[in-house]
Amino acid sequence: LSVPPEIPKEDGRPKWDNKFQYILSCIGFAVGLGNVWRFPYLCQIHGGGAFLIPYFIALLFEGIPLLHLELALGQCLRKGSIGAWNTVSPYLGGVGVGSWMVSVLVSLYYNTVLTWVMWYFINSFQEPLPWSVCPLNENRTGLNEECYESTAVNYFWYRKTLNITPDVTESGTLQWWLILCLAACWAIVYLCTIRGIETTGKAIYVTAIFPYLVLTIFLIHGLTLPGATDGLAYLFTPNLNTLKNPRVWLDAATQIFFSLSLAFGGLIAFSSYNPQKNDCEKDAVTVAIVNSMTSLYASIPVFSVLGFKATTGYWDCLDRNIISIINEFDLPEESIMRQNYTAWISFLNSSYPEKIAGLKLKNCDLQEFLDQSVSGTGLAFIIFTQAIILMPGSQAWAILFFIMLFSLGLSSMFGNIEGVFTPLLELPIISKSIPKELLSGIICLICFLIALCFTLGSGSYWIDIFDSYAGSLPLLVIAFFEVIGVAYVYKIKRFSKDVKWMTGRKPNLYWQITWRFISPLLLLIVFVAFVTLQIQKPSSYAAWNPKHEGFPMKEEKVYPPWVLAICVLLAVLPCVFVPLVALFHLIKRMCRNKDPSFVPPAVFSCKGANS
Amino acid sequence: YAWDANEEYLFKAMVAFALRRYSSKSTTQISNVLLCNVTDRVSFWFVVTDSSKNVTTVPGSEVEAAIRMNRNRINSAFLLSDKTLQFLKITSTLSPPVEPSTPVWLIVFGVVLCLIVAGIFFLVVAGIQQRKKKNKQSTERENLEEKGEVAVTVENGIPCETLDLKAGHINGVFAADDERFTSL
Repeated sequence: LSVPPEIPKEDGRPKWDNKFQYILSCIGFAVGLGNVWRFPYLCQIHGGGAFLIPYFIALLFEGIPLLHLELALGQCLRKGSIGAWNTVSPYLGGVGVGSWMVSVLVSLYYNTVLTWVMWYFINSFQEPLPWSVCPLNENRTGLNEECYESTAVNYFWYRKTLNITPDVTESGTLQWWLILCLAACWAIVYLCTIRGIETTGKAIYVTAIFPYLVLTIFLIHGLTLPGATDGLAYLFTPNLNTLKNPRVWLDAATQIFFSLSLAFGGLIAFSSYNPQKNDCEKDAVTVAIVNSMTSLYASIPVFSVLGFKATTGYWDCLDRNIISIINEFDLPEESIMRQNYTAWISFLNSSYPEKIAGLKLKNCDLQEFLDQSVSGTGLAFIIFTQAIILMPGSQAWAILFFIMLFSLGLSSMFGNIEGVFTPLLELPIISKSIPKELLSGIICLICFLIALCFTLGSGSYWIDIFDSYAGSLPLLVIAFFEVIGVAYVYKIKRFSKDVKWMTGRKPNLYWQITWRFISPLLLLIVFVAFVTLQIQKPSSYAAWNPKHEGFPMKEEKVYPPWVLAICVLLAVLPCVFVPLVALFHLIKRMCRNKDPSFVPPAVFSCKGANS
Repeated sequence: YAWDANEEYLFKAMVAFALRRYSSKSTTQISNVLLCNVTDRVSFWFVVTDSSKNVTTVPGSEVEAAIRMNRNRINSAFLLSDKTLQFLKITSTLSPPVEPSTPVWLIVFGVVLCLIVAGIFFLVVAGIQQRKKKNKQSTERENLEEKGEVAVTVENGIPCETLDLKAGHINGVFAADDERFTSL
């Protein structure tokens, strides 16, 4: 006997199949590419284990309170970000619009990063891996010049993947292979978000759990590689002196903030599909702790592999020196090994200093190799791919690695798209006429068409711009207004009563203090420090220019004024909605004050949300 | 393996073989190849004399060309490669990498795209079917309720009429058998 589809909750709002799906979606949204390629880098440059101190302090006083706030808000009001903030107070509606705007901007460029991951994934099925060998030049006499001067891995990334232009103003052409991959990525996103959380809820089981499996495999394999212990020691050796540098505290605060994906509106959207009587306090603490543990867990295989790569590079350097010494002095094979290299060098230096000087030996220092720290796309597409070539069975490792990155990014994309999708679904004009499938299709299509700009030759420069300006500053502003809005406009007393109704217990002193004082203060300090640092250093970027004298080092260039204008626009656009909407409602109220028949709307409370 | 006099003999033989193949004259003997300045490093100089012309050496360019032609054989004889067995002043020509007609990545991409499109198609069609069914059910119920004559009996929220249409079986034991009942 077939039964018609399950009737959703009384108010017609879709809901999660079970609590695990919801928690997994929040974790998937929070755990993203940044946990793999930003946190280990920060740990490394800010004194290893010592970085964990500011990190956990920021988690305690900034991350968890804000997370709890967003989840409780969404659960209580059962609306997306725009509707939720409109309900809290019409003057705060701009906060919702701002976070919607940020979600749109981030969705645009985030999927292009996934495009690069997909491109590397489909290229991992070849033997040998295409980024391990340099192609020949035109007349087949030698290797391609650009590849020869830098490395094969760099060449594949900058030339074969991005086909990068030497300057952000030179747009270059659309790269057809990237367009294909971009279309495939947006098709995957559409497939998974086609009916909102009904479909993402199923997909999240795979995309949220699979990365942990792969990280474990890499952990086990990484620890068996030679040099892994050097890398791990380098990562975790605490250097408490770095804590004196305020930059470290700022980086910890911003890392926690961006890592938890706060102020995107996606978390509000996710929790709005929950039943109201749900313990959002426990959820918030769970998600935050899992996110931080994942960062730590991911940094272990990353640094084992980096240690392996550094050790291999060091050994190669030694071997090359040994060969030239043996050739020069006609010593028998295997007379100089890596172990007695230093003894031999000192002996030869004392007896034949001119010959040794004439050889121009490179100074091999393991520390120097370990110091080559990179974060972001450079870590994944240059450093890690180089390390993968050195492992036996490289294809399998490459495939695993890129599928893991893809799942990590995809689960974050779900949150971004939900943050765009849910508020649109609640607009009365749209929800009646357009089926969900069509709306998600339109969103994905429009985003795909706009994201074609990032497949130009200068695309990766633009993605850096979007990442630094649209995905950073507006979030701080919006989060600040979120906390202030709930604490002082909605009033903490009322909010505590709502939370008590939902979870069954009153929020304790920790929540009261952090919501009222500590988190807003911390956000304000971080915002001011962030802006100060941004203004101090002239905004420049590193361009890949083969014709540059210092090639293969990147060329430092300054942004032209029109690009700077776009940067400012990106940073200001989401934030400007906050005062604009408040102003709009203020003017409306002043006009309305003259109308005597007007009745002010009833005071809102959680219990009444369902009726 | 260790380098000893036997290996040197093999080397001389390979050089002689290379010259014989190159110049196609079978007069070069192993004794024509001379090694000098052999060091522990296993590096040495060698010359090839020409026995037909008295005590002159074969020009270096000819020897180079011969070796270049037979480089592969010489390498295999010693189980070495171009990198481990170096002839100074003879650079190896690079072999072009094997390029399949369709790049491999395009094939993988095609597979991935087909899967995605199939998934989207399936989901969209399922959604349309579900919506049609829901619409039909709600219009049926509306029609029946409008008439007012037929009480819409509902079982678990499903009208009984639709229950009949679905995979229900009529229980043969209770099937109305006209002959059983006495006619009035």
